[in-house]
Amino acid sequence: MALSRALGPRPAAAPGRPRPAAVTRTGRTLAPYGFLAPFFVLFTAFGLYPLLYTAYVSLHRVELQTSQQMDWLGLQNYVRLFQDPYFWNALRNTFTIGVLSTVPQLLMALGLAHLLNYRLRGRTFFRVAMLMPYATSVAAATLVFAQLFGHDYGLINWLLHQAGLDPVDWQANTVASQIGVSTVVTWRWTGYNALIYLAGMQAIPMELYESAAIDGATRLQQFRHVTVPGLRPTIVFTVIVSTIGATQLFGEPLMYEGNSGGGVSHQYQTLGLYMYQQGWTFFHLGRAAAVAWVMFLLIVVLALLNAAVAARRNRTDR
Amino acid sequence: MSVRSIKTRRSAVLGAVAVAVSLLASACGSGGAGTAGEAASGGKVTLTIDLFGTFGYQEAGLYDQYMKLHPNIVIKQTDTQDESQYWQALQTKLAGGGGLADIQGIEVGRVASVVQQQADKFTDLRTLGAGDVNKDLVPWKGAAVTTPDGRVLGAGTDIGPEAICYRTDLFKAAGLPTDRTTLGTAWSTWGGYLALGKQYEAKAAPGNAWTDSAAGMFAAEVGQQRVRYTDDGGKPVYQSSPAVRTAWNDATALVADGLSAKLPQWGPEWNKAFSTGKFATLSCPAWMLGYIKGQAGPTFAGKWDVAPGPGRTGNWGGSYLAVPKGAKHPKEAAALIAWLTAQSQQVTLFTKQGSFPSSVGAQTAIKDVKDPYFNNAPIGAIFAESAANMPAQVLGVNDAVITKAFSDALGEVERTGTAPAAAWNHALANVQNATGN
Repeated sequence: MALSRALGPRPAAAPGRPRPAAVTRTGRTLAPYGFLAPFFVLFTAFGLYPLLYTAYVSLHRVELQTSQQMDWLGLQNYVRLFQDPYFWNALRNTFTIGVLSTVPQLLMALGLAHLLNYRLRGRTFFRVAMLMPYATSVAAATLVFAQLFGHDYGLINWLLHQAGLDPVDWQANTVASQIGVSTVVTWRWTGYNALIYLAGMQAIPMELYESAAIDGATRLQQFRHVTVPGLRPTIVFTVIVSTIGATQLFGEPLMYEGNSGGGVSHQYQTLGLYMYQQGWTFFHLGRAAAVAWVMFLLIVVLALLNAAVAARRNRTDR
Repeated sequence: MSVRSIKTRRSAVLGAVAVAVSLLASACGSGGAGTAGEAASGGKVTLTIDLFGTFGYQEAGLYDQYMKLHPNIVIKQTDTQDESQYWQALQTKLAGGGGLADIQGIEVGRVASVVQQQADKFTDLRTLGAGDVNKDLVPWKGAAVTTPDGRVLGAGTDIGPEAICYRTDLFKAAGLPTDRTTLGTAWSTWGGYLALGKQYEAKAAPGNAWTDSAAGMFAAEVGQQRVRYTDDGGKPVYQSSPAVRTAWNDATALVADGLSAKLPQWGPEWNKAFSTGKFATLSCPAWMLGYIKGQAGPTFAGKWDVAPGPGRTGNWGGSYLAVPKGAKHPKEAAALIAWLTAQSQQVTLFTKQGSFPSSVGAQTAIKDVKDPYFNNAPIGAIFAESAANMPAQVLGVNDAVITKAFSDALGEVERTGTAPAAAWNHALANVQNATGN
């Protein structure tokens, strides 16, 4: 009712009275909050409340089978966590897999974006193709890669064999398995980052390239001295987003061999997998909640650190 | 500002709020809405049955038979190959109370956990008129799924008497005897099994291993003892139990001698290897026969054979069917599981799929069964002999978790070259990590 009246063609009831002016002012002040409200309502329901409840759960012993029963433990879950060699192993793996996937991914994305920024035939096709891996589901992509990396029947080992090399155990070997997982991550996200870089590059004035070209700069030099400095804020953004993504890495290592242990020796178990294993394989929900909170704090610290480094670099540049 | 623009703005605010509210409403409402409509549709009752591995009901045509007998019932089966993944998903559903099938399979390694920790999450079959489902079975089978206060939480399906399955064509190529009596004598002990394996390996093509995995042999060997991971008082004894230690030593010797194909059981590479000749023998509880048929396929009919295994006995696996509290059609589900586990269906299942009956009557009825797929091996006689000497195992709450930890550790020995002593410690640490507080 109210809506149809507001939309109706009839003008405001009594013009000339002071009231409408007041409504205008209140409307104008309240409108932004109205627009923002949906986000905050949803955030409170699905973000803040779970976060706080997780903190509460992490202070108890809770098992999935008997989840109604919660025994107060204080900080014992956290103490146990920091004494658990598997936690430190997962933290180390998260870091190495993060580096193995993020660094080549962003470098390749930068190079690809640079190439796409030139006028070339079928540019739109290439740009859309870039985004295809990102649109593929993690599960599907990882299953395909797991097949490629198979020990006995995988394509990659077959190629190695053709080249006269020994097969590599892409699952049980620590370094090889981490490279395997990183490959899936890199494959999925490179195109996505390339498009973000491309958007950033298009904001760099063409004249800069032209004058650089007149000064005799090669394309590589143009890339180093024009593109990269112009892209700095975009690069900082992708580094932060990728770091957060790497810290939460979960689907790829989970699907790689199809279990939460992260390989026979936990050799590629990430923090995300470790949390999942505690909660949903071993059913220790309290412990899993503690891991979740530690991960959350870790991400906050990493994001702040990234931002600080970026701010510092910007200052020294000026 | 004109009156018009005020109105547009106000309606936009209202619109945004309306969207938010409807989002919330749909997010909250999605849980309970679907069920009412489904039960009423078409007058037919759809029973869902969620299993792991290969139970073989579908393959043996038992669902079709039941649906013919009960035209108002439609049976839908889902299946996960790896039991640990199945169990994990089941626990999540039980905790959340949603997504449960009318019938859920339970492996014998989990049954103690169901009875001791989750009795309230499964329906007592007595209340569904099926309290006597286990009365014709070997006594321990029904006892293991009954609570101290008499609630019957599941119906016993098969049991897992052990033997060895082997590839006659590969044996012949390597110059080994293929006759099952000769082989049964040669590998009457695990030592004999390893010795024959070394003979095979000396002649076999490179990349062609004696057996699939150390974990398979370990499980078979541990399954021959009454006390394995837990003692009669429910205390965990896996660190000190001689059964576990001996099996561990034999399984690591298998790896040291290069007799293992190093395939993680239930994984995709293992499944594929059934049809490539990557391994020549396999520790074979009766239910494995159906799994082999499914994975190796008709091409390999007649090439596989079965012989009595080391120790002549042992129990590995065997399952139950249970009706969870969240089932939509508990009455019909109970009727179906009573039928599926009844004597004549157990006979059909053994004849077609190899799952060995837990029903005493069925065990007598199948004594003369031979299986053409397995080169006409007298599987009835072989598995009946194994079952006759079978120990009534002491079951613990964490049996399956412990088995998994030792299998993983053996995987480490095979695939990463970890020293057995270090891997043993990893196994203990993994059990501690999974079960301890």
